Amino acid sequence: MTTVKTPAGEQAGGLTGAVKSRLQQLLAFASLVVIYAFFSIVSPFFFSYGNFIAILFSTVVIGTLAIGTTFVIISAGIDLSIGTGMALCAVMSGVFIVNLHLPLALGVPLTILFGGFMGLVNGVNVAVLRIPPFIATLAMMLAAGGLALVLSHSTPIYFTDIAGYTDLSSGFLIPNLPNAVLILLVIAIIAGVLLTKSVLGRYTYSIGSNEEVTALSGIDVRRWKLGIYAFAGLFTGLAGVMISARLGSAQPATGMGYELQAIAAVVIGGTSLSGGKGSIIGTLIGALIISVLNNGLQIMSIPQEWQNVILGAVILVAVYTDRIRKKEA
Amino acid sequence: MKIPKITATLAAAALAVSLAACGQGGTSGAGGNGPLIAIVSKGFQHQFWQSVKKGAEDEASAKGARITFVGPATEQDVEQQVNMLTNELAKSPQALGFAALDSRAAAPLLQQAKAQNIPVIAFDSGVDSDIPATTVATDNKAAAADAAKHLADQIGGQGKVAMVVHDQTSLSGKDRRDGFLDWMKQNAPGITVLPPQYGGGDQLQSANITKSILQANPDLKGIYGSNEGSAIGVIKGVQEAGKTGLTIAGFDSGKAQIDAINSGVESGAITQDPVDIGRQLVDAALKAINHEQLPKRIDTAYYWYDKSNITDPKIQAALYQ
Repeated sequence: MTTVKTPAGEQAGGLTGAVKSRLQQLLAFASLVVIYAFFSIVSPFFFSYGNFIAILFSTVVIGTLAIGTTFVIISAGIDLSIGTGMALCAVMSGVFIVNLHLPLALGVPLTILFGGFMGLVNGVNVAVLRIPPFIATLAMMLAAGGLALVLSHSTPIYFTDIAGYTDLSSGFLIPNLPNAVLILLVIAIIAGVLLTKSVLGRYTYSIGSNEEVTALSGIDVRRWKLGIYAFAGLFTGLAGVMISARLGSAQPATGMGYELQAIAAVVIGGTSLSGGKGSIIGTLIGALIISVLNNGLQIMSIPQEWQNVILGAVILVAVYTDRIRKKEA
Repeated sequence: MKIPKITATLAAAALAVSLAACGQGGTSGAGGNGPLIAIVSKGFQHQFWQSVKKGAEDEASAKGARITFVGPATEQDVEQQVNMLTNELAKSPQALGFAALDSRAAAPLLQQAKAQNIPVIAFDSGVDSDIPATTVATDNKAAAADAAKHLADQIGGQGKVAMVVHDQTSLSGKDRRDGFLDWMKQNAPGITVLPPQYGGGDQLQSANITKSILQANPDLKGIYGSNEGSAIGVIKGVQEAGKTGLTIAGFDSGKAQIDAINSGVESGAITQDPVDIGRQLVDAALKAINHEQLPKRIDTAYYWYDKSNITDPKIQAALYQ
């Protein structure tokens, strides 16, 4: 999955660009290993299979959002609506499954499609109405947060009586590997393949690198942008399912701030906010670095104030290295 | 590109190490090898939770225990709280203090705590489970009765009184309503209490309710607001209606309410004592660690505060802006 064949890499100078891109991912992974090793040495409680799974588990929701939004960011867009959008999707899941008594096999796909629909609306606003992505998705962020409260009457919707719903998150299809973690790994692989091997992925890079050139070469940029936002929205829908399955309830007021954590994961993973560059494996590593830091610092009993300071420093360091890399490329 | 990245990684590692060094200070209270009590609260930045933390720290250092205190950024971040609870349990603390945002979401983790033989002390609000050894919280019924008593005294035990309550479903809403009503029924035969109105704790909605109550009852003597939002709404409603001479009794604090009490618009209010919650929490946790018997509930302190005692350090410590 560690792709080397991105248009960005090719533009940066053929083979050398490709090698650099791979090296960057290796180094991001190396940072993750270093941090992991550090916590394992300093804390007697950190290094265990149980804690390893706990870290992966806590990455699922942010990781799912981050994977979806990687596509948007590579296309030089931004999506601020994924946090509250996720809350709205969780509520929709409650509406479909608890209120309307739809079976899981129908309610879950409908929820994911609803996420895709929200993404499509974002896409229309950005690509057709030409509203800047920051503003279009900011509006969606507010609207989705409000709708989540309206549709749920501002109270959590509980899935207590729905057999199998929480198993989507905490059940075990494979022994010792919670389903939530399995789902994250599976969607990461699917997204990684789509980003590097499919037309959607190629045009995502191409639009992000240079929208005008892409349009001049005969590609319908508007249509593909719609596709990118709608596709990313599917992950928002899935994140809504995963968070409500984990909590056993759809919490309508949650989600604010999740978009920033997801964007942070994407950026730490080496995806450029100016578009054209990035990878799913990088995003996954970025999300894991955040989770490992959260988990490790808390286990070490570092005061909560300082945990945030360290996270901020890590984001700065990651973006700074990215800048230097770009200058050299 | 290789060199800067490695430098950056080293810098990050160095930063982490240096913070790890001061990390020992993170477990507050008397250092060393005292029992570790992990506290997962409903919030962190808010003044109320910082006061709970302070009380817990004070008690811990007095009793030779160590505490850690974490909480999510907002009271809606249920997932973040569940993650925090997971991380705290990974440390295998000797006891766990927990204020659940959503009891059901945390149920599997409480089971895990039980399996790890970590006693759980619920605080602030109850945890809907039989795992916690005890619940350390304000007795809202008794506190509301105290508000009723002060309101009745102020109006001389005669006349009509209205109440604006934050909701009819939450435990705190019901207790703060019933505590007030019961006291009035038993102790103030001269006072008529109008049926409770519910404003969702929303200032604007509570203000509108207050105005319609005033419209319908020009002879009203006093109003009670059952939490910060309700009380501030009552104050706003009374001011907008241009009524004077009413006795207002509130609950909790907040800048608007403190200002109203200082300016004499509001007679006074009940405040919980978050510092006491923190103290009692640590105290109960230590007892649980020593396998001492604990009551089902531990009631923490509350105070009636008004213009006369608002500057009292004990009151000041319990108030938040």
